[in-house]
Amino acid sequence: MSDLEVQAGLAAQSRQSGPSRRLGVAEATAGVLALLLVASAVVPQLLAPGDPLAIDPLSAFQPPNFAHGFGTDESGRDIYTRVVHGTQYSLVIGAAATAIGLGLGIVLGTLAGMLGRVIDFTVNRFLEVLFAFPGLLLALLFIVIFGPGVVTATIAVGLSTAPGYARIIRAQLITVRSQAFVEAATVLGRTRWQILLRHILPNTLAPLFVLATLGIGQAIVWAATLSYLGLGAEPPTAEWGAMLSAGRTYITSAWWMSFFPGLFIVLTAVTATVLGRSIDRRMRHV
Amino acid sequence: MNGPVLESDSAAALTVRNLRVGFGSAEPVVRGVSFVVAPGECLAIVGESGSGKSVTARSLLGLAGTNSRVSADRLELGGQNVLGLTDRAWQARRGKDVGLVLQDALVSLDPLRPIGREIADSLRLHTTLGAAGRARRVLELLDAVGLPQPELQVRKLSGQLSGGERQRALIAAAIALNPPLLIADEPTTALDVTVQAQILALLEQITGAGTAVLLISHDLAVVSRVAHRVAVMHDGQLVETGRTTQVLGSPQHEQTRRMVAAIPADKPRGTRLSPSARPDTPSTPDTPSFPDTPSFLSTSGTLSTPTNFGAEVSLESTVVLEAIGLSKSFRRPDGTSQLAVDDVSFTLHHGSTLGIVGESGSGKTTVARLLLALLAPEHGEVHVFGEPWSAASEKTRRGLRASVGAIYQDALGSFDPRWSVAEILTDALNLRHERGAPHTTTRLTSLLDEVGLAPTVLPRRPLELSGGQRQRVGIARALAGRPEILICDEPVSSLDVTVQAQVLDLLDDVQRERGLSLIFISHDLGVVQHISDQIAVMRDGRIVEIGPAERVFAAPQHPYSAQLLAAVPRAPV
Repeated sequence: MSDLEVQAGLAAQSRQSGPSRRLGVAEATAGVLALLLVASAVVPQLLAPGDPLAIDPLSAFQPPNFAHGFGTDESGRDIYTRVVHGTQYSLVIGAAATAIGLGLGIVLGTLAGMLGRVIDFTVNRFLEVLFAFPGLLLALLFIVIFGPGVVTATIAVGLSTAPGYARIIRAQLITVRSQAFVEAATVLGRTRWQILLRHILPNTLAPLFVLATLGIGQAIVWAATLSYLGLGAEPPTAEWGAMLSAGRTYITSAWWMSFFPGLFIVLTAVTATVLGRSIDRRMRHV
Repeated sequence: MNGPVLESDSAAALTVRNLRVGFGSAEPVVRGVSFVVAPGECLAIVGESGSGKSVTARSLLGLAGTNSRVSADRLELGGQNVLGLTDRAWQARRGKDVGLVLQDALVSLDPLRPIGREIADSLRLHTTLGAAGRARRVLELLDAVGLPQPELQVRKLSGQLSGGERQRALIAAAIALNPPLLIADEPTTALDVTVQAQILALLEQITGAGTAVLLISHDLAVVSRVAHRVAVMHDGQLVETGRTTQVLGSPQHEQTRRMVAAIPADKPRGTRLSPSARPDTPSTPDTPSFPDTPSFLSTSGTLSTPTNFGAEVSLESTVVLEAIGLSKSFRRPDGTSQLAVDDVSFTLHHGSTLGIVGESGSGKTTVARLLLALLAPEHGEVHVFGEPWSAASEKTRRGLRASVGAIYQDALGSFDPRWSVAEILTDALNLRHERGAPHTTTRLTSLLDEVGLAPTVLPRRPLELSGGQRQRVGIARALAGRPEILICDEPVSSLDVTVQAQVLDLLDDVQRERGLSLIFISHDLGVVQHISDQIAVMRDGRIVEIGPAERVFAAPQHPYSAQLLAAVPRAPV
């Protein structure tokens, strides 16, 4: 069984089922990382049996060593344990914020795209006002009104991504709506609702879920940013942004305190982006 | 293969011997093609899509592609070997020694540059003419290709020209340097018949001036107007070469016969255009060999569908669809409104076909959309089975929708891209909730069988099917609701002539078996003539002439009908 044969087999397979199904190195790595991240979000005890909040003043500020792979913080908490346990915050916040943004986007975009000119105009002007603020500023505004915390931070990030999704959904809806197969469905005697649910929405949303995968990375970074600013999760919660913020004070003496949470924020965001891109490419070719 | 011409080899504009072209490690797509084009001669290479004709044309320009393998015993332009030339050497020759005209002038011309500059390009690269000299030559060229008022045209962008004008501009660019050889790849396929006739006349004129022309086309009837000789390409090989009249008059190879038989014009109603695709085709006698038209006309009266079908039914049968004084206008970008359909009236009788023919912009597609109630008319009404149709609410209409089916030009676009053929047809049969039930499969299979498709297409998406298969799926979907009326909007105009023949035959079969009434809209008078009982000729939104097909074709009363008729490509026998 030579490599060549395997490759030929793969190539033959890919010819049958559309272009290039083979995984690239980046995609494979991202896949493995994603699995690890999900595992540490779902069963953190398995990867890091310790307590992320347990303090041990005697072993404070230890650089990475055998006992503490990523070192310890100012209270002697194990950074590795905290980073692993922090995954669930980031992933849940990222996914929830994206879901909120997407959900709002779908509602607004569908309203604008389907319900005639007056509503389209109104929704569009509203979106333009929202667009006038940088996304993060919008999130800050929301937090100023409703107070800091994990839940508000999540909603804030979701809100600030919604206008972008709404815009894309509206444009996609208008494109799909005028396509011949929608007319063909009318000719077959389908009602407006049937056409909307069976043809227009699926064809509008399929490309959007790919975009949402890309958006999760962005949402995670934003959520971490808010926590870093002290507006999201509060210390000593094991949240990456909050850890990063705590480590800032000691960055010259204990670099590992901010390095490892930062590394994981970047890795997670990149993983989500690479996976999103890869799904996107595959969808386009189908 | 062609003795007398090969002797004058040295003087030939183009000599190709045993040309083979392949891509990557796959089987060659052009397998040993040989031909010669003499100065002042027009040779047409004719074949279906995928026969290798375009690849052949492109390798004559060194444009076969980066991963192509081109080999030949001889490949000479004007007596000089051009096999294995470098890109740089080709650049010096293209335009000067050989000109190229492509099918779609819209994408062949830079949309952001005036056509005058586009045409002057080759003059700037290959001649020593100054700016003034180039401008003069461009005007001469535009004049030569018959563009009126060349002084105004040179400044226009390609998007501001009509299809025919663009094609003329492209030809002007191709002949700017007086190349001894002009290669035209499907130069008229995207054009209306009357414009097509003009472009063909222009090519004829260029040939007459001593230029060798290599014409590539899928349509035998079109090339027969200008080509001195025809070479039929099939599966990467030339299967038959000869003088045009000889090839069309007594085709030897099976593929040639198939293509000749596929020409719809002048074939009476009910004549089969393709070898039977369905083994269970009813009694219609197949016409295996190409019929000699005049004598055949008289015998065809005995076919199962008499040619006076339309005249007969109109006397006794019921009116199934009626358009009364339809008008519809659209707002133009500049705010003024344009009347797209102007006072159009006609009736469609049970079991008959009304052909609506017109060129692009004549309003025929708007009529189709009005008939399907996708647009509401401003004035006038459509009645279906005597009931109000256009005036009814969509809710009332929905109950009747099943009896009015539609077939579209762009079959692919009319299918939801996410659905497989099985899903499309299950949906059309209204069996969505019974998916997987045994009788669903039976009904799907019998529907596919009716349109000549194997059940193997069921799991595939339309994107993975050929053009002909897609249109068959489109017909199957239209038939699923057991319609009594079918509105066909240009159903065959994006298909190869031989595939078009099969689809026309299929429509003919289902019409006869199911007693359907058809509205058949097309820009191709030849197709309309073949399939229609009644014909309506449209121009600028109006019906200028309407009447029984034979009468309109034998004695057109409106000058425009006569002009259209004269432009129909037909086999010269």
